[in-house]
Amino acid sequence: MSVATRTSLDVENIRKQFPVLHQKVNGRDLVYFDNAATNQKPDAVINSLVDYYSNYNANIHRGIHTLAEKATKAYEQTRALAKEFINAASEQEIIFVRGVTEAINLVAASYGKAFIREGDEIIISGLEHHSNIVPWQFVCQDRKAVLKVINVKDNGELDLEQFKTLISSKTKLVAVNHASNSLGTINPIKQIIDLAHANHAVVLIDGAQAGAHLPIDVQALNCDFYCLSSHKMFGPTGTGILYGKKNLMELMPPYQGGGEMIKSVSFEKTTYNDLPYKFEAGTPNIADVIAFGKAIEFINSIGKEAIAAHEHELLVYATERIKTLPHVRVIGEAKEKVGVLSFSIDGIHPFDIGQMLDARGIAVRTGHHCTEPLMERLGVEGTVRASFSVYNTKQEVDQFIEGLDRIIKFLK
Amino acid sequence: MSKSITDIQQEIIQEFSLLDGDMEMTVFYIMELGQKLPAMNEANKTEDNVVKGCQSKVWLAAKLENDNVYFEADSNTAITKGLVSLLVRIFNGQSPEAILNADLSFMQKIGMERFIGTQRSNGFAAMIKQMKLYALAFKTKQDVKS
Repeated sequence: MSVATRTSLDVENIRKQFPVLHQKVNGRDLVYFDNAATNQKPDAVINSLVDYYSNYNANIHRGIHTLAEKATKAYEQTRALAKEFINAASEQEIIFVRGVTEAINLVAASYGKAFIREGDEIIISGLEHHSNIVPWQFVCQDRKAVLKVINVKDNGELDLEQFKTLISSKTKLVAVNHASNSLGTINPIKQIIDLAHANHAVVLIDGAQAGAHLPIDVQALNCDFYCLSSHKMFGPTGTGILYGKKNLMELMPPYQGGGEMIKSVSFEKTTYNDLPYKFEAGTPNIADVIAFGKAIEFINSIGKEAIAAHEHELLVYATERIKTLPHVRVIGEAKEKVGVLSFSIDGIHPFDIGQMLDARGIAVRTGHHCTEPLMERLGVEGTVRASFSVYNTKQEVDQFIEGLDRIIKFLK
Repeated sequence: MSKSITDIQQEIIQEFSLLDGDMEMTVFYIMELGQKLPAMNEANKTEDNVVKGCQSKVWLAAKLENDNVYFEADSNTAITKGLVSLLVRIFNGQSPEAILNADLSFMQKIGMERFIGTQRSNGFAAMIKQMKLYALAFKTKQDVKS
C-alpha cells in the first residue's frame, strides 16, 4: 500500500450532510469507526423517509389512486438506480430483500431446492460471515450435499491454489464475499467466478462490504448472484438487493408465497408473477427502498473511486500509525483491502479496548465479527476492528491512536 | 459485626462520585479495582464455574463459612473483573438471606447501567443471578439443618 493517492474530497462538506456525526459521546466529539457494521445516513436519506410518510404513503403496484402511483414510481425508481449502480442487464434482475442475509437465504432455499442434489458440493471460503455459511449448511443438510471451504492464508488472503483443488464437476455453487468484513481483504472474485464457470458451477457474491466502497459491474464480473445491504451503503436498515441473472431466476421456484408474487390464485392452482415480483411476496419495505435510492444517488454524487481513494488513504495512515504502538498486532494484511483495520493488543482483551475507546467517544467493534471460523483459523478469540467511511478524517485517526496509546500505557 | 450491604453500597457511591461522571476516569477506576481483586484459586477456575458472556468470561466460586457467604471470582477482561470486584466486595461475608434480598441500587447511582446495558457481551447480569443462586442454595441448606 502507498500513501500516494491524494483525494480531492471535500470531507467537511460531506460531514455536514450527516447529522449523527455532530454530537458528543461521553464528553468528546464522536469518532465513528464502526462503518463495516453499518454506516451513517445523510440528510437526503433521512428526509426521504420523512417525505414519504408525510406526503405519499400508499401501498404500491395495485393502487389506482394518485398516492399509490407516486409511491410505486418512487419505489421502482430505486430499482432503476440499483440496476445502473451494479450494471445489471435488466431491472427484472433486481430483487428487493431485507439485506444480504435474506438474499443469501433466498438463493440457498430456492436455488438449493431446484438444483442441488445428493452428493453435490457447495464451496464457500474461510473468510465468510456467518450469513454466508449457515444458509449453505441448511441446504447441505436438506439436500445431503457437501460443504467445502477455501482456506485463508496467514495474511488474510484466500488460497486460490487450494480452491483449484476443491472445484470439480461435483461443485454446483460457489459463495464468497467481495470483501471480508473482519479483515478487509478484497477477494479476487473475477478469477473465482471464471474458475467456477469453467466447472459449470454458479457463483454468489456477498457484496455487503463492497457496496459503499468498490466498483461493481455484475456483467463484467459475470457473477450469477450478487447481494447488497442498504444500511452498509448510507441507506436505511431493512432493505437490500439480490441481483440474479434473469435466465437463472426464471428457473428458480418462489421463496415465499403471498401477495405481489402471484399472477392468479385459485384453490386448485396458483400462477406466479414475473420477475422481479415473483420473489417479492407481500407489501415490500416501500419507505426504506425509496430512501435507499437516495443513498445510491449520494454514492454516485461523490463517485466510488473518490470514496475508495479517501478510505484507502485513511487505512494506510491508520495502519502506519498503529504499527508504531507497542504490543499491537495488525490482523489481516492482504495486498488489496477495503478500509478495515483489524488488530489485537497483546494481553489486553478486545472487549476492554472497545469499552475504553468508547469512554473517549470512539466507536469500534470488538469480538469475532460473526466470523467465528475465521477467528479460529487465525488463532484469536476476537479482534478490535476500526472501519472507515467517506466522512472520516485523519484527525479522527489521530484521536483513535491517542486513545489506544493511553490504553496501552495504562494496562501495560 | 461487618458492614451491611447498604453501607458498602453507600461507600461505593461516595467513591465513584469523586470521578465526576467522567466516563474515561470511571473505566480506568473500575479496572484498577479489578487489579486489586484477590487472585482466584486456579483450581476453582473450572468450566463448571464459568458464567459465560458473548465476549468476556467470568469464573465464580462460592463457599459458606460460619453461616456467611464468600465469593471468589476472576474474568478474562479487565473491565468485567473490576465490575465483579464490586459485587464481591458487597456480598462477601454476608448471610445468604441478605444477599438474596439485596437491592443493588448502587449500580444505577454510579452509572453502571452503561455496562449492564451490554450484558450480552459481558455476562454481568448473568453473574449477579449466579451469585444470588449460590445464596439461595446455601440458604436452603441452612433451612434444612434448622
